[in-house]
Amino acid sequence: MIRALFRRELQSYFATPVAYVFIVIFLMLMGTFTFSLGGFYERGQADLRAFFNFHPWLYLFLVPAIAMRLWAEERKSGTIELLMTLPVTPWQAVLGKFLAAWAFAGIALFLTFPIWLTVNYLGDPDNGVILAAYIGSFLMAGGFLAIGSCLSAFTRNQVIAFVLTVVACFMFLLSGFPFVLDLFASWAPQIVVDGVASLSFLTHFENISRGVIELRDLVYFALVIGTFLFANTIVLAWKQAD
Amino acid sequence: MLKIEGLTKRFGQKLVVNNLSFRCGPGEVLGFLGPNGAGKSTTMKMAAGFVAPSAGTASICGHDVQTDKLNAQRRLGYLPEGAPSYADMTPAQFLNFIADVRGLDSRSRRDRLTEVIELLHLGPVLDQSIETLSKGFTRRVGLAQAILHDPDVLILDEPTDGLDPNQKHEVRQLIRSMSEEKLIVISTHILEEVEAVCTRAMIIADGRLLVDDTPANLVAQGAGDLDEVFRKITTSNASPTTEDRS
Repeated sequence: MIRALFRRELQSYFATPVAYVFIVIFLMLMGTFTFSLGGFYERGQADLRAFFNFHPWLYLFLVPAIAMRLWAEERKSGTIELLMTLPVTPWQAVLGKFLAAWAFAGIALFLTFPIWLTVNYLGDPDNGVILAAYIGSFLMAGGFLAIGSCLSAFTRNQVIAFVLTVVACFMFLLSGFPFVLDLFASWAPQIVVDGVASLSFLTHFENISRGVIELRDLVYFALVIGTFLFANTIVLAWKQAD
Repeated sequence: MLKIEGLTKRFGQKLVVNNLSFRCGPGEVLGFLGPNGAGKSTTMKMAAGFVAPSAGTASICGHDVQTDKLNAQRRLGYLPEGAPSYADMTPAQFLNFIADVRGLDSRSRRDRLTEVIELLHLGPVLDQSIETLSKGFTRRVGLAQAILHDPDVLILDEPTDGLDPNQKHEVRQLIRSMSEEKLIVISTHILEEVEAVCTRAMIIADGRLLVDDTPANLVAQGAGDLDEVFRKITTSNASPTTEDRS
C-alpha cells in the first residue's frame, strides 16, 4: 500500500521537468558553494567540510521546494478527495508521500558523488567522516521535508506552503546560532540554552558531520521527522475537506 | 447496502445537509436530484467518508463509514465531483496505481483492467498524460477508477457531466448494465437521466429530502413532464409525496 503511494509520488517528480531542473540547480549550487565560497582548493585539506558546511543553507531553500507540492497540489487538483476515499489510512498516505520526497532528495544528494571522487583523487580523506556527513545531511533533509510536508497540508497554494516551510526551517536552523543562544545565555539558565541549542538542525548536523554518529543525534532527527509527520496526519484529519 | 441515518452537516452556521435518512439495496439505481447547492455532493462526500458528518451516520454494507472506514471504502467505488485524477499520469499508470492501492492480485488486475478499459473506450488514450485529455475522457478515466475493483456500492457524483450525447448514452447503458448486482447512487441535474437510468429518485433542496419516489410516478405527477415537477417542488419547497418533513 505504502509502496504504491511511494511509487506514484516519486514517479510524479520525474513526470515533469521539475525533477531535472531541481537536480541540475542543486548540483550547480553545491558545486559553486563548495569550490568558490567554500574555498575547497584554498583550504588545502583533503576533506569535504567546505561542501557539507553549505548543506543546511542550501536545504533551507531547496528542500521546501520539494515538499511544497506534496499536499498542496492534492488539495488544488481535488485528488485529495480521491486519495482519502481509497482504502488508505492517513498514516499510509503521509508516509508514502514523505518517503518518496525523501528518496528524491536522496537521489539529488547521491548525484553529488563527483565531489567525493574529486577529493579522493586529490588527496587521502577520511571516508568514514564523509560517509557520516552524508548520512547526517540526508537525515537533515528528512527533517526539513517532514516540516514541509506537514505545512503543505495546510494550504492549496504551493507558494504559501513554500514560504511557511522556509520560515519554519529557518527557525529550526537559527536556534543553534551563537547570537540566538547569546540572547538566551544572558538571562536563562544553562539548561534552557542547551535546550534551545539542542533543537537546532545545525548542532546535530555538525555533530554527525564531524564523523561522530551518536545515538542522540539520530534520535533527534527521528523525533523531528516523527513529530511532524504525526502533525501532518492531524492536519489532514482536521482540514481534509476544506 | 447503503444506510444513511440522520445525516447532518453544518458549515459554520449554514446547514447544508439536514437530518437525511434513507436506505437502499442492490439492484437500485438511486438518483439524487436537486438545484445547485442543495447538498447532494456533501451527502455523497459524507457517504464516501471524505467529509465527517456533524451528526448522524452512514454505513456501507454494514460498515460504518466513520468508525470502520477502510472496510466501508473497500466496498465502495466513488467518483468525486469533477472526476479528479492525477494529471501528470497516463490513464494506464493511473489505473495501475488504483489497482495497487485496491490490492488487486495480478490475475484479476489484468482481467479487470482490460475489461474496464474496454467498457469505457480508453484504449486510444492509455499512454497519453491525463492533463492532455478532453473532458469526456477525463470523466471516463474517473469512472474507470471507480468501477475497477468491482465494488458493491457505487457513488457517482455527476457521472455524465461534460460528456457528449453519445458518451452520455453509453455511460447510462453502463450504469444500467452494472445495476443488477450493485447499488448505484448518482447525482445529476439532468432530469432525463433520472428517467433513463434510475429506479428511484430523490429530490433534495436546502439539505432536506423533499421527494423519494420512482421516476415513473414523478413523471405521472407532472403529466409527463419531469421538468415541471422538479420546478414545482424545488421552488415552492412544498412536498407532495413525503410526510416526514420537519
